[in-house]
Amino acid sequence: MYIDPHVHMVSRTTDDYQRMALAGCVAITEPAFWAGYDRSSAQGFFDYFRTLTDYEPKRAEQYGIAHHTWLCINPKEAEDLGLAREVLQIIPDFLEKPSVLGIGEIGLNKNSRNELMIFEEHVDLAKRHDQMILIHTPHLEDKLKGTKLILDALENADVDPGKVLVDHVEEHTVELVLDRGFWAGMTLYPDTKCTPQRAADIFEIYGQERIWINSAGDWGPSDPLAVPKCQQELRARGHFEDMIRKVSYDNPFNFLSQSGKFRTSIG
Amino acid sequence: MNEANCPMDRDAVIARYFLEHRAKLIDLAAFLDRIDRAGGDGAVVDDFRIVAMRKAIEELLKHQDGRARRIQEIFSDHSTDPIAEAPMKGALGAFNPDEST
Repeated sequence: MYIDPHVHMVSRTTDDYQRMALAGCVAITEPAFWAGYDRSSAQGFFDYFRTLTDYEPKRAEQYGIAHHTWLCINPKEAEDLGLAREVLQIIPDFLEKPSVLGIGEIGLNKNSRNELMIFEEHVDLAKRHDQMILIHTPHLEDKLKGTKLILDALENADVDPGKVLVDHVEEHTVELVLDRGFWAGMTLYPDTKCTPQRAADIFEIYGQERIWINSAGDWGPSDPLAVPKCQQELRARGHFEDMIRKVSYDNPFNFLSQSGKFRTSIG
Repeated sequence: MNEANCPMDRDAVIARYFLEHRAKLIDLAAFLDRIDRAGGDGAVVDDFRIVAMRKAIEELLKHQDGRARRIQEIFSDHSTDPIAEAPMKGALGAFNPDEST
């Protein structure tokens, strides 16, 4: 049994829902993200948010998976300040939907001034509406710098770190995030983030408090079964079942339940 | 960092993972050979990604815990100020010092 707390199912087939259910997935959360191209208007985001809040929960439910979402404009589209601010204005209309857990995945991509400005405006929106936050940290060479900028901005905004998850941590950023009291997510990717083996190493080195794993399955090279594969890796190393359950079910359950809306298909 | 450790002993770790990482090492060697065999300007490969990779390989040989973290840091941008404008959407895998000027 597991929760995949970060997966972009709009990019996956219904077969993937079935495979995830067969592997023991009982709930997912789907952050809003970049479509692979820049949308031409805020109306495109309005329709995307309808997909995330209406269509995807129904598709997931067919396989006994509870679906939730996070809303935002992704940092990859934040250079256009006008568009980003138009999207920020329509997000509140969706926050009362039963499956919306908060604002995400917000953060930085190339660590630009406009990205940082729109990130801070998302954080302000979350604070004004008492929403939880899911953070995207940049890719590869940009991750270390971006993580530091994000953590500084969050502290300047005086957000409750217990209600913020900073995702895509790796060996050089996990300690920065945990030491400041935030929750940390490890994304299991074949090439560009953590492998299941390295995620298992990080659990062994840094412990299992305030940390989870996710597949971040999307339209790129990714694996919607990455979480059960990491469970398998931990099991093969001889870790106890309660430890495996903690990082793949209890931790996401406890963090996400702070929203008051999170549920799994088993309760 | 807490005191948690891998529950496997060293012999078991080597037995389980050696072949996988032997293969990755040969892949890396073949990749560097492929660069040498490919056409291009100059005898010395000075692409910033390969320069960073050579530094990372030196790090592998040190008998000091924390290699993965230090290699991640070798590939990272260590500047601290936001850049004026995003030049592209993606990332290249290693910081390009020429872009910082």
